[in-house]
Amino acid sequence: MQTALLIEQILNGLQFGVMLFLMAAGLTLIFGVMGLINLAHGSLYMIGAFACATVAAATGSFWLGLVASLAAAAAAGAIVEVTVIRRLYDRDHLDQVLATFALILIFSEGTRWVFGSFPLYLDIPPLLRGALPLPGGGAYPAYRLAIIGVGIAVAVGLYLLISRTRLGMRIRAGESDREMIAALGVDIRTLYTVVFALGAALAGLAGALVGALQSVQVGMGEPVLILAFVVIVIGGIGSIKGALVGAVLVGVIDTLGRFLLPVAFATFMDASSAAGIGAALASMLIYVFMALVLAIRPQGLFSAQG
Amino acid sequence: MRKFLAAGVIALSTSVAGGAFAEPVKIGMITTLSGGGAGLGVDVRDGFMLALKQAGNSEVELIVEDDARKPELAVQIADKMIQSDKVDILTGIIWSNLAMAVVPNAVNQGTFYLSPNAGPSALAGANCNKNYFNVAWQNDNLHEAAGAYAAEAGYKKVFIMAPNYPAGTDALTGFKRFYEGDLANEVYTKLGQTDYAAEIAQIRASGADAVFFFLPGGMGIAFMKQYAQSGVELPLVGPAFSFSQDILGAVGDAAIGVKNTSQWSKDIDNDTNKAFVETFQAEYGRLPSLYASQGFDTANLILSAAAKADVKDQDAFRAALKEADFSSTRGDFAFASNHHPIQDIYVREVIKEGDTLTNKIVGVALEDHQDAYAAECKM
Repeated sequence: MQTALLIEQILNGLQFGVMLFLMAAGLTLIFGVMGLINLAHGSLYMIGAFACATVAAATGSFWLGLVASLAAAAAAGAIVEVTVIRRLYDRDHLDQVLATFALILIFSEGTRWVFGSFPLYLDIPPLLRGALPLPGGGAYPAYRLAIIGVGIAVAVGLYLLISRTRLGMRIRAGESDREMIAALGVDIRTLYTVVFALGAALAGLAGALVGALQSVQVGMGEPVLILAFVVIVIGGIGSIKGALVGAVLVGVIDTLGRFLLPVAFATFMDASSAAGIGAALASMLIYVFMALVLAIRPQGLFSAQG
Repeated sequence: MRKFLAAGVIALSTSVAGGAFAEPVKIGMITTLSGGGAGLGVDVRDGFMLALKQAGNSEVELIVEDDARKPELAVQIADKMIQSDKVDILTGIIWSNLAMAVVPNAVNQGTFYLSPNAGPSALAGANCNKNYFNVAWQNDNLHEAAGAYAAEAGYKKVFIMAPNYPAGTDALTGFKRFYEGDLANEVYTKLGQTDYAAEIAQIRASGADAVFFFLPGGMGIAFMKQYAQSGVELPLVGPAFSFSQDILGAVGDAAIGVKNTSQWSKDIDNDTNKAFVETFQAEYGRLPSLYASQGFDTANLILSAAAKADVKDQDAFRAALKEADFSSTRGDFAFASNHHPIQDIYVREVIKEGDTLTNKIVGVALEDHQDAYAAECKM
């Protein structure tokens, strides 16, 4: 049973990492191309979840909800970019943080105003209910496997988009020299809006996928946002590859830490305090890892600018 | 029928309140109305306001402020309410960490504090205060009842889990106080954690025969949904907080059949409770949760004391509060020497009534239960 448990925990870590990747990819793309720190990324995640829950409740179809979450988050992202974010590119990071923090408050209270304070219901689609057997005797929820699949598909899709398409070429050009690509006649304003909407749609997708597993409520985005920042700092700011590697590392380290540390402490102290101390240390583990990465490679594992 | 009951309640409350008070009463309510967990504060507030509205007494003034679940904000609001609004009574706080930040200071300044929810062990034992009354429960109580239920149901190897913060450790301590079998494992999760895959994997591998968990609010919704998908089919036991009316809808059918412990349920058979459920539903268009019943009881306790004594005469008012001479939604209700409730705690089961998920009582876990800290309280 112990191997089955380990396999299950590694899958859990992978699934958590893949979900973080969906958030971190948008965040790092926006930072890489526009140089913008977007604290409101968590709000786009929340919008995705609420859109999915609302449409799924109205139509009875999770899949329509998923489409709605992509559309709603992308639309919200585009609107916010045009009305607010566009004015922030030339400002310093402190102004950006202030303005996007204001956006968090506006989105949170706006959502509460529309949907109320009570959590919404969003369930897993019937197709993906239940658990699949694992080698070694365990079982693993089908829905979580599907999330891993979606994450891998998004990673491959982003890779192809950025390395093989014209839009991707412009994104890369924007990352290395913003003024020059504007001078070359590329419509940089539209490019920024498209990149922002793309990042927002990924956050919305993550929100909808996770909303079915967890709870859809106001404020759900902020804890994930903090982890997404940890991921892009570890992976290297602006790098999609870094975001993927960082996200999987954070996911696996966090999950295995929560599982193994209390067991390790229990070998030399009583079970109750081992559980408490192990859990406390496990919650610090990814931040310790981030500090280590920063000490050894301050630019992150795969820096876009390095 | 509904109108008749509502009228009955109003008549009842005014007879309790007895018309005009000797002095107007000013109440400050600090509760969580925004951010995660706002549903609890909204229910306490709505229950409280319903009682005031039914009493129809114009001499009660209520100020409500939102603490956003932030201790520093709660402290600021409390200072403002005591210093500049000059409230006689504070109430409303949902979370134990906020209560610990506000209550000791407020009661030492001679303001009454009536807790409609949080009941940290520190305020029930050595640090109890004559001006502090808890109208809900001491934190350990519902978990103690869950432990008693687990023992009675014959579980031999229970997996127990709670978030790593004071109320979480209180929860597991409370459970262990009344549970008699072995523990399969004892796990502390991160406060605010929303993904329980790692813990569910441990439950699967642990060889337990039941799972006890204390995960209030959004944490419980997430755990229940993930547990239902995991293929693990061990019975679940928990306190009411993960199965209260405000979140059952979001948990969905995964909750059906789960046993949970509570001092209140909408089917407790007494007239006050029936009327409360009926009028709450008529007023707000939703079923009340245990939090709403606690807010309702707190307001009625204040009204009953204000009818007997002048709130400025603190000794008389305190004695009037202590008598708990109000008609509680829980039926029998009395204060122990440490101003915490002595009350029955029930075992409820989640059922589906039509399309609505709700709870029904299936037994009594602990009768006339009093908390374990009263002896340490020297008042």
